Formats: sequence, structure tokens, C-alpha cells
Amino acid sequence: MDSNVIETAGLRRTFGKKGEIEAVAGVDLRVGSGSIFGFLGPNGAGKTTTLRILATLLPPSAGEARVMGYDVAKDPEQVRRRIGYVAQSGGSDPRMSGRGELVMQGRLFGLSGQAAKVRAQELLEAMDLADAGDRATEGYSGGMRRRLDVAIGMVHKPGLLFLDEPTTGLDPQARARMWDEVRRLRETGTTVFLTTHYLDEADALCDRLAIIDHGRIVAEGTAPELKKAIAGDVVTIGVDGSGELVARLLEQQPFVREAGVVDGAVRLYVDDGEASLPLVLRLLDGQGLAPQSLALHRPSLDDVFLRQTGRSLRDAA
Amino acid sequence: MRLFSDTWLMFKRSLGLTFRQPAWLIAGVVQPFVYLLLFGPLLNSFSGMPGFPPGGAFNVFVPGLLVMTALFGSTFVGFGFIDEMRHGVVERMRVTPMSRTATVLGRSLRDVVVFLLQGCILVALAIPFGLTINPLGFVVAFGLLALIGLMLGPVSYAMALVIGSEDALAPLTQAIALPLLLLSGVMLPMSFAPDWLRTIASFNPLYHATLAIRALFNAQFSSPDVITGLLTTGAFALLSIFVASRAFNRRTA
Ligand SMILES: Nc1ncnc2c1ncn2[C@@H]1O[C@H](COP(=O)(O)OP(=O)(O)OP(=O)(O)O)[C@@H](O)[C@H]1O
Ligand SMILES: [Mg+2]
Repeated sequence: MDSNVIETAGLRRTFGKKGEIEAVAGVDLRVGSGSIFGFLGPNGAGKTTTLRILATLLPPSAGEARVMGYDVAKDPEQVRRRIGYVAQSGGSDPRMSGRGELVMQGRLFGLSGQAAKVRAQELLEAMDLADAGDRATEGYSGGMRRRLDVAIGMVHKPGLLFLDEPTTGLDPQARARMWDEVRRLRETGTTVFLTTHYLDEADALCDRLAIIDHGRIVAEGTAPELKKAIAGDVVTIGVDGSGELVARLLEQQPFVREAGVVDGAVRLYVDDGEASLPLVLRLLDGQGLAPQSLALHRPSLDDVFLRQTGRSLRDAA
Repeated sequence: MRLFSDTWLMFKRSLGLTFRQPAWLIAGVVQPFVYLLLFGPLLNSFSGMPGFPPGGAFNVFVPGLLVMTALFGSTFVGFGFIDEMRHGVVERMRVTPMSRTATVLGRSLRDVVVFLLQGCILVALAIPFGLTINPLGFVVAFGLLALIGLMLGPVSYAMALVIGSEDALAPLTQAIALPLLLLSGVMLPMSFAPDWLRTIASFNPLYHATLAIRALFNAQFSSPDVITGLLTTGAFALLSIFVASRAFNRRTA
């Protein structure tokens, strides 16, 4: 119990006059200390809303959440002292310099003027912003601004850092650097709780992840665990027009666990991919159908998402 | 104490940002100066009339202009705050142990410093026109102006926090600022007003503040207007800071 930095039970948050918009619809989470925890979900899934509740910015409509051992509703001040929060759209003033923002943040967390300056310099160097530190953030590139946002969240060396979509809008190089930075944070013992809608990011960066959709957690575990839950392989068959028909036909075969249509292509979950391909071809041939393409792959996180929600994460927005 | 150190931090930060665009300082003086130039001479013909307050026309008019500068320098500050909210600065600081009262107070004190500087410029410009001042009166008068800023600024920030958009804030701010201005006797002394209007004006703290500053400029320290103005404005300032910091605390609950 004690090693959990986040624990929630039945967390809910509604918006609108009558509470008709259910942004978070009963979330139970446990996040262990010292890991990178990913919150994966499409646009509007409730990622930001959950994070804002955990960061004491938004009171929950129901349920409870303990962060760093304190109840977010009852002891928000204790929580704030121990966490860092980097919002999805950042939080620096365009007129301030990067250094100015870092020093200010340090001072707000009780560092002396001198200590705040030292810490600011340290972070500017670590985040590769040393040359730009004294310029107004107005002139920063997207990647520089994002690195500054993260640096601001780290000033007081929090035990838990929330990063809301730290890499959205970054080019591949900047993304890779951000990943390195997040891993370095884990090495120093910081727990990082990040949101993303990138499958590869959740897969490569996160120790554990929770998949959220329509305010509910639909799957949770390590990426390999989640993929293993979908035993076997995935076969994708390109057919024109007759997808539903083919899916229904194949569904009845004993070697097929599940079949469905995604983006017009038929997707099969089978126990043994290699052995199933000739069977699929023979069946289609028997119906006078010729597939345009045929592919075999190991399940990805997208398959996990698909299995739980019936939609592909790529077009779930 | 947290409140003081955080207020000081917020004050320094805001003042630094304001002084990045010193043009604003000058812009705030232009309007009252135009009044001084074009409206002041008009008042000259009223002075000496029955009902006109003691002192020359400019000793009546400049205190009013100072109150006006304070009014405009502190009722429209919510707009800059909405900009800060839009950039996520306000939310970012809400996830720190920072005192919520300091969020308002630091910024309001910055606004006070800005319009007091404008006031100094205005007074300097008005002396050639015939304004006479008493040094002690001047100091106390500026203290009173500061209280006006602490009375109006926090309300503007709290409204900005709750409303969150310029479109809705603009008409509301106008609806508050205009009657405050018209019922303060800033342009023409309220002594010319019919009784019913003066009765309404007596509920306006700016009316009492204006009377007090006129008395202070004329070195009438024992005038009851002085103490009434200071107490009324001070009480409203305290109330306003209290209400605003409650609003900021609740937002963060
Ligand atoms: N203040 C609000 N008022 C009304 N509805 C809101 C508010 N905040 C969020 N919502 C709604 O709650 C739902 C979840 O929003 P949220 O921002 O948590 O999603 P998200 O997973 O962060 O999405 P994204 O990937 O686009 O950032 C959405 O339908 C959104 O429209
Ligand atoms: Mg979001």
C-alpha cells in the first residue's frame, strides 16, 4: 500500500449544469513508486480531467483519490508540495525568460533566491536550454517550450511528476529527447505519470499503462501483459466492399477466435498465424473472393484498444 | 510568512513584466492629461461660484483626475489576467504551495505602483496650471489612492477568474466602472448635484475618497472628509481582498 504514489477509487467527474457530460466515469488506479506510468487514450477520453483531479486543480464529483499519501480533496496543500504538474498546453508566460520562470517556480516552492538560481541553471543545462535561458519564451520553438514546461515541473524535485501529453506536437528528434529525459527522471527515483495518444510512446516508454476510453479504464498492465491477453496472432485481410460478409464467414471457423472489420479491412485474431493463412485463402477461394492483401502480425497496443472498445485508437478521436 | 513572501514574489514578477512595455505607463497619463488641458480651464469659470469647493479650480479638478487614474488603473486589470490564464500561468501556480491571496495582492500592488507613478507625472504636469499641494497632504492622498487600487483591483481579478473571457468581462467592468466614476464627483463637484443624486453618491467610496484628497491637497487635515475617505476606502479594500482571496481559494479547492 505504502509504495503506491497514486490510489483512486471510483473517481468520477461530470461537467455541465445537470452533470450530463461524464468526463471521468469511475476510475480505479494504483500507481507504484519509481515507475513511468502511461495513460493512453484517444481525444476526449478523460486523460486531462483525471490528471487535473489528481493535481488538485479540479474537485472530483464522486470517489476519492490519494496522491503521495494525501487525499486530494482534504489535503490539497500537502499534495501540491510533493508533485509537479505540466499541463497539456504549458504554463509559461511568453514575456518571461526561461530562467525567470524557473527561478520564480523555485521561489514559490520555498527555495532561497540563490538556490533557485542554481537550480534554474542546472535545469537549463540539463534541458539543453542554456543558450536560450535569458530570452523571452515567446521566441522558443515548440520543442524548447515543451522542455521548459517540463523543467518548470521539476524545479522542486517532486516525487511524482504529471506530464500531460509531453510529446504532442514535437518532431521525432525532440520526442526522442523527451523520452530520454523522462527515463532519466525515473533513474532519480521520480515517478512519472504521463498521458499520451501515441501507441509507440506507451509501448516504448511506459513501465505500466492504463488504457482509458470514455472516462473508463478498459485495460491496465505492462505493455507485454496487455498484448499477451490477446493470445495468438492478428491477420489483416484487405477485401473490397465485402468486409462484413467475409468477417461473418471467417468467424464461424474453429481456428478463428474473433473477427471484425476495421477501416474496411477484415481483422482476425487466431491462435496460430502461419497455419491459418492457407486456411483463410482456401475459404475465400471457395466463395470466389480474392483478397487484395494479406498480413500477419503480432498484436499491438492498438489491437488491445480495439478489442476493448471496438474502435481503432488511430481513428477513435 | 508565506503570504508576504509570495506577495512580494508576485509583485516583483508582475512589475518586471509591466516595465517591459513602459509605453503603458505613458499611455495611462495621456487621457487625464487631455482632461487637464481641455477640461480644466472650463472649471476655472466655476471657481468662486456658490457651491464650488474651496481652493482653485485645479485643486478641485486634479484630485478628481487622480481618482480617475486609480479607477482606470485598477478596474481593467482583469483583462491582463485572462491573458495569463490563457497561457496556463495561473493554473501552473495553482499547483504550487503559493498563497492564493498573494496571487491577487501581488498583482494589485503592481497596479497600484503603476497608477501612482502616473499620478506623480500628472501632479507634476498640473503644477504649472496652478495646482498647489501640501507635501504631507500629497503623501496621505497617495496612500488613499493606493487603497482605491486595493479596493477595485482584487474585484477585477476575481471577476476575471470566475468569468474567464474578455467578451463577458468587458461589459460587466464597464457597468461597474461608469457609475462609480459618474457618482464620484470627479469631473464636477457633487456639491452642484441635486440632493437625491448626492444621496446615491454618498454610497460610493470613490465620492468620499475624492473629497478626502481635495481636503488633503488643501492641507485641511482636520476636515472630517479626510477620516471618512480613509476609513471608507480602507474598509472596502479589506472586504475586497477578503472576497477575492475566497474566490481564488474556492477555485482551487
Ligand atoms: N471544463 C469542461 N467543461 C465541459 N466539458 C469538459 C470540460 N473539461 C473537459 N470536458 C469534457 O470532458 C471530456 C474529457 O476531456 P479531457 O480533456 O479529459 O480529455 P483528454 O483525454 O485529455 O483529451 P485530449 O487527448 O484531447 O487532450 C471531453 O468530452 C471534454 O469535452
Ligand atoms: Mg487532454
